Amino acid sequence: MLHVTNLGCARGGAAVLRDVSFDLRAGQALILRGPNGVGKTTLLRTLAGLQPALSGDVTMPEESAAYASHADGIKTALTVTENLRFWAEVYGLTFDAAILRRFDLADLRDRQGGTLSAGQKRRLGLARLAVIGRKILFLDEPTVSLDTGSVAMFARWLQDSHLAQGGIAVIATHIDLGIDAPALDLTPFKSAPGTGGGTDEAFL
Amino acid sequence: MIALLKRDLALALRAGGGFGLGLAFFLIVVVLVPFGVGPEADVLTRIAPGILWVGALLAALLSLDRIFALDFEDGSLALLATSPLPLEAAGLVKATAHWITTGLPLTLAAPLFGFLLSMETTAYGYLLVSLLIGTPALSMIGTFGAALTVGLKRGGLLLSLLVLPLYVPTLIFGAEAVRRGAAGLDASAPLILQAGITAGCFAILPFATAAVLRINLR
Repeated sequence: MLHVTNLGCARGGAAVLRDVSFDLRAGQALILRGPNGVGKTTLLRTLAGLQPALSGDVTMPEESAAYASHADGIKTALTVTENLRFWAEVYGLTFDAAILRRFDLADLRDRQGGTLSAGQKRRLGLARLAVIGRKILFLDEPTVSLDTGSVAMFARWLQDSHLAQGGIAVIATHIDLGIDAPALDLTPFKSAPGTGGGTDEAFL
Repeated sequence: MIALLKRDLALALRAGGGFGLGLAFFLIVVVLVPFGVGPEADVLTRIAPGILWVGALLAALLSLDRIFALDFEDGSLALLATSPLPLEAAGLVKATAHWITTGLPLTLAAPLFGFLLSMETTAYGYLLVSLLIGTPALSMIGTFGAALTVGLKRGGLLLSLLVLPLYVPTLIFGAEAVRRGAAGLDASAPLILQAGITAGCFAILPFATAAVLRINLR
């Protein structure tokens, strides 16, 4: 369902990764590993279509991918329910309140986004992924600021409700999520400094 | 699209949203003018159309940098860019929300403020109509400017420098329409030209806005 062939990507006009290739079928996940700065975020942003690829191809069904960044995109003046309902409507879906329980947000449903703790905000950000129901997820450090219980809860959701339903996930993370997925270390794909240093297009 | 419009309006109306800021600024400008130029009614009557248009324009400028900056900082702009909603539509919705929270209140309040400047009674209708036609263009041009400066720290000043020259045609035709109305002349020509500028802005700038947003999100 997701085919990546010889993908090269750049950050700030400098090539970071080259020749990244992998194939994922429905129900599979891939964990991206590598030291800070190796290009995990850049790869995920390229896959999500936020920046153009330097080379190579990404093929996946249209309108099937979703991206979750370091920032959760939570509006501080809106309540938890309003935040999630907004994203459901943007994706043309109706908001199902059962998701609040799934992410342990039921007691917080009427709290304003700005009054949540960092971990609660993250749970809200992850609940957005369940709300929008996309098949292919690109997750950038999804477990940052989560406690161990919440990490287990998220891993359970990912395994049982996403992957088991034929979903795909590409996850950049430094911790062990406890889900059954191969890891891809990005270090060997690192682009040598100064090579393929981006077209004018990439510089923009 | 409606979901984004509803969200932006709700955010503007809640605490910290800045709704009413432009209106208060407009009122202060209008109140300050008689202190500066003196209280003679005939002077005020003559300059009222120009002052009201400049005041409305500056008030609209005040809230422009919030259009995309907050969404950019909390990450929702990147999430919107990867959502099924096209960025062109997002730009259009952002401009519309800005107009509803800024341009529309300014338009409705302007006749009241015209009274403070002892404007010619025949000009009130023209002021209302010209602001109604002109302020959407201010919001759309401003949205484009906000998209251009979205990633920049302290982009507000640069935004003003970019946007103000683009406001000149709207200002000229808007103030001219009110002046002609006050003098009892036919004001249809400046109003039609102004409507043309607004229509042109809404036809072109959503696409330009989306293009620069894509570049700034890289």
